[in-house]
Amino acid sequence: MSDWTPPSTVNLVDLGFMDARSKLIDLAAFLDRVQRANQTDDFRVQALTNAIALLSLNEPTRAKEVLLSFSDPSADPIEKATMQGAIGAYRV
Amino acid sequence: MNYIEPHGHMVSRTTDDYERMALAGCQAICEPAFWAGFDRASADGFYDYFRQITEYEPKRAARFGIKHFSWLCINPKEAEDTKLAEEVIGLIPQFIDKPGVLGIGEIGLNKNSRNELRIFEQHVQVAQDYDQLVLIHTPHLEDKLKGTKLIVDALKNFPKIKPERVIIDHVEEHTIDHVLDQGFWAGITLYPESKCTPNRAIDMLEHRHAERIWMNSACDWGISDPLAVPKTMQVMRQRGWTAEMIQQVAYENPVAFMGQSGKFHL
Repeated sequence: MSDWTPPSTVNLVDLGFMDARSKLIDLAAFLDRVQRANQTDDFRVQALTNAIALLSLNEPTRAKEVLLSFSDPSADPIEKATMQGAIGAYRV
Repeated sequence: MNYIEPHGHMVSRTTDDYERMALAGCQAICEPAFWAGFDRASADGFYDYFRQITEYEPKRAARFGIKHFSWLCINPKEAEDTKLAEEVIGLIPQFIDKPGVLGIGEIGLNKNSRNELRIFEQHVQVAQDYDQLVLIHTPHLEDKLKGTKLIVDALKNFPKIKPERVIIDHVEEHTIDHVLDQGFWAGITLYPESKCTPNRAIDMLEHRHAERIWMNSACDWGISDPLAVPKTMQVMRQRGWTAEMIQQVAYENPVAFMGQSGKFHL
């Protein structure tokens, strides 16, 4: 769009901090819960733990990097679909 | 403020939803053919489904002053059964000239299998033969990145399919640049858990200056929100967007893409 008008500056921290805080605490509680239940070996929990490390990056590409970390890195089509749904994390 | 819902599966929504969308300013809903939540037993089921989205849903929408348009295909979740898929593709020409049919969609990939890819390519061939717009579904979650790359690569084998007449939907932060940089349109889907929140969608719109992007709710039989687009427009206001820019994304962009069909009249 050639006539892009940037939004006016607003305080994004005011708008988003409480929501982000809430989600972070929920994530922490989830990890506590699965640890108490001895379920941290699940590959999805491992994938989540790996993704959390990416939040320490100092570039504004954290969401992209987290999504990439959950993604199937292969390039060729699979022979046959044996299920219809997706799990959310690639099983290495 | 007026808006367009460019991707909603209204067959699975109630009439109350039409009313709420009309009250929120919805002027048009576009319904891609999709998976019904179960695998249909025969092509006859699709024949009836195509009648539903091309004949019945437009009447249901019209009760609330909303225009209804549709797209035709067999979705990738049912494409592993290639015999069924080919029979359904054979039905498309019977419906392609209906007044509200905008093109072929939502085709694409689900688990990135060879059969899904074969059926995807057959759909693209139909689009090329009938000079139709194309609406593409990209896979969910961990399969999205790979599927998006396979789709973009496959489209390169169809030189008559112009990228500006193709929208690749359900992009996220890790796929949007690949889609837009190849000249395609991109769709951002506002859907709980598995796709985008309003704030993430707006981040991407700002990153790409809202060019060749629409946003949709993809409301269907799952937990989803037919008012996701107007709710996101409200968040845009909170984030300092001008009314003109909101209107550009929520109304003008869908009009620009679907207007290429020659049938998208509001």
